[in-house]
Amino acid sequence: MSATAAPVTAAPQLRDGDVLLRVVDLVVEYPAGRGVSVHAVSGISIDVREGETLGLVGESGCGKSTTGKAIMQMPRPTSGSVMFDGAELTALKGEPLRRIRPRLQMIFQDPISSLNPRRKVRDIVAEPLEIWQVGTPGERAAKVAEVMEAVGLDPAVAGDRLPHQFSGGQCQRISIARALVLDPRLLICDEPVSALDVSVQAQILNLLEDMKRRYRLTMVFIAHDLAVVKNVSDRVAVMYLGKLCEVADPDVLYEAPAHHYTSALLASVPVADPTVRPGLVPDALRGEPPSPLAPPSGCRFRTRCPRAEGRCADEEPLMREIGPAHFVACHFPVEATDFRPAAAASTVTGG
Amino acid sequence: MTDLEAVETEPGRPTHDGPVGGRTDGPLLVVDDLHVSFPTDRGLVRAVDGVSFTLEQGRTLGVVGESGSGKTVLSRAVMGLLPEGTPQSGSVRFEGRDLTTMSREDKGKVWGAQIAMVFQDPMTSLNPVVKIGRQLTEGLRHHLHVDKKEAAVTAVALLRSVGIPEPERRLHQYPFELSGGMRQRVTIAIAIACGPKLLLADEPTTALDVTVQAQILNLLQDKQRERFMAMILVTHDLGVVAGRTDHIAVMYAGKIVETAPTTELFSRVRMPYTEALLKSIPKTSDPSHTRLSAIAGRPPDLADLPAGCRFAPRCPYAQERCRVEEPPLTPDAGGLHAWACWYPVGTPEGSDALARNASAARQSA
Repeated sequence: MSATAAPVTAAPQLRDGDVLLRVVDLVVEYPAGRGVSVHAVSGISIDVREGETLGLVGESGCGKSTTGKAIMQMPRPTSGSVMFDGAELTALKGEPLRRIRPRLQMIFQDPISSLNPRRKVRDIVAEPLEIWQVGTPGERAAKVAEVMEAVGLDPAVAGDRLPHQFSGGQCQRISIARALVLDPRLLICDEPVSALDVSVQAQILNLLEDMKRRYRLTMVFIAHDLAVVKNVSDRVAVMYLGKLCEVADPDVLYEAPAHHYTSALLASVPVADPTVRPGLVPDALRGEPPSPLAPPSGCRFRTRCPRAEGRCADEEPLMREIGPAHFVACHFPVEATDFRPAAAASTVTGG
Repeated sequence: MTDLEAVETEPGRPTHDGPVGGRTDGPLLVVDDLHVSFPTDRGLVRAVDGVSFTLEQGRTLGVVGESGSGKTVLSRAVMGLLPEGTPQSGSVRFEGRDLTTMSREDKGKVWGAQIAMVFQDPMTSLNPVVKIGRQLTEGLRHHLHVDKKEAAVTAVALLRSVGIPEPERRLHQYPFELSGGMRQRVTIAIAIACGPKLLLADEPTTALDVTVQAQILNLLQDKQRERFMAMILVTHDLGVVAGRTDHIAVMYAGKIVETAPTTELFSRVRMPYTEALLKSIPKTSDPSHTRLSAIAGRPPDLADLPAGCRFAPRCPYAQERCRVEEPPLTPDAGGLHAWACWYPVGTPEGSDALARNASAARQSA
């Protein structure tokens, strides 16, 4: 799924007609006392095409969850624009914003704490319909049953139980059912499988793929696990310290990363194959990310980057297109021949 | 990455050329038919149900399992950290002495000095109101009886050896002043301070980011090799143990279901659970939107275990026998690779069983 003739701009933009969500120059800052602020998200621009899954990947503290929440306007971003389905969300408030909310839904990392422990599963899934008084009571009950069935829960058995009677994976199914019951257009998934065991994680990832097809969803999938993100995404955006580093088709990004951070991140992933010797940590990733209270000047990755020069400190690299729909914010991108993934032996994929 | 100079002056390091106290002829650790259970309202939860394994000096064992497989209870039992009065049977012999029957006082001499542990969450395993220096030197002063000054010198050397910049300054800092990765380095420094012969690492990198995870795993491996320590790495992630252990034990519902030398396990999987676990992990080398082979259902309730093989209800190979008769953990001819399965993967019986189930599924569909 490579993009069609994307214009060369500072941001990975697409043709207007396709775009369901357009984020422009999104900034989120939190006051940290003494006049200092946490620069959680510092000017992110990205488009999400109708029907696509955009994967947002990065380490803790990079601002990926904050971005997801800012799109939902909870809390509102400090500045920037969030255009969803033709409406400028940052300009809406009160009732007009509330009216748009059913079309934007979110699921969270911890499925157990995101469900009310004292309510029956059927009531939890039905609540959005009740709030919006969609259809007749009979129609609502039918919709709840249909969605529960779709996520793999038996409405007759599960409906009358309480969340604590379910495992983490089952609770995530309930959360997904609740998010889908209003037929949203955009589903934001914030680390939806990080709290689950591997065997259950695969079930939920497969379920999300099925639901995307069945309900024609557009998704923003936020996670720290590179393999998980690749599995579900049509495009992947890599974040570091509040900024986007690189945006590309997953098969391109994982095969030939252009940003030094992406390549270091990929080299750090443990591979379940003993013939692949865990490599030495790339020089780039000695040390840890700097504090978002005082991010470095210029390129934010320069303090850990093996390729950094004076220019990286003085001049912030802008997003530019270096291949078809492959965007990178780096003055000195990784040459294709430089990158040898840890799993090089097994990464022979077409394209 | 190895800082040779720091290593040479590093304290608490057993010398390689001679035996360092205790017996060195037999295996370092022998766990024999260990059972641990917890009485609950729902009945007896059998968290560890007949686990046996042996660990030689200087070797690394990976214990892999999902949540509820009993891997953490197993590591607590090996360490002797279970609450007083927890019903358990079997033995955990460390250098020939049974830890399960040892007095609290004797265990105090073993903890830290002979066996040390690194936990998942460095913030909760460090004392938040005590400076790092004191937490580091506590063990040194208690077990090795060094004076304050010498302990401080040792502490600086230890912090340097685990890759902490400006170690002198860190001694006077509190845990909250350090990042998660740095805190985990501190807990590793504390664990290796007295030169233990066995290091238990229970999900040491689960709370950390990928890039930091790689650093910490490399650090653990470096220290293990330099000091010829034995190590048990407990994790849910087969990727973490794949390149970093000599031997792997896969746990399911309180039992070891397959155990083998690491390369053997990955190249000749026998237990259907291990196979299913490997298949369900998304890989960065697969194209995006690859359909994952998920394991249906979920692990059994440890208070209400199914008859026969515990994996049978979720197993694509399962036959009638599996639901009735529990398969024992049986080694192959070489004796190093053992599995608990009636219809193992990659054998004629296994292939037949799989084909039978597939055709039965086709007929009922």
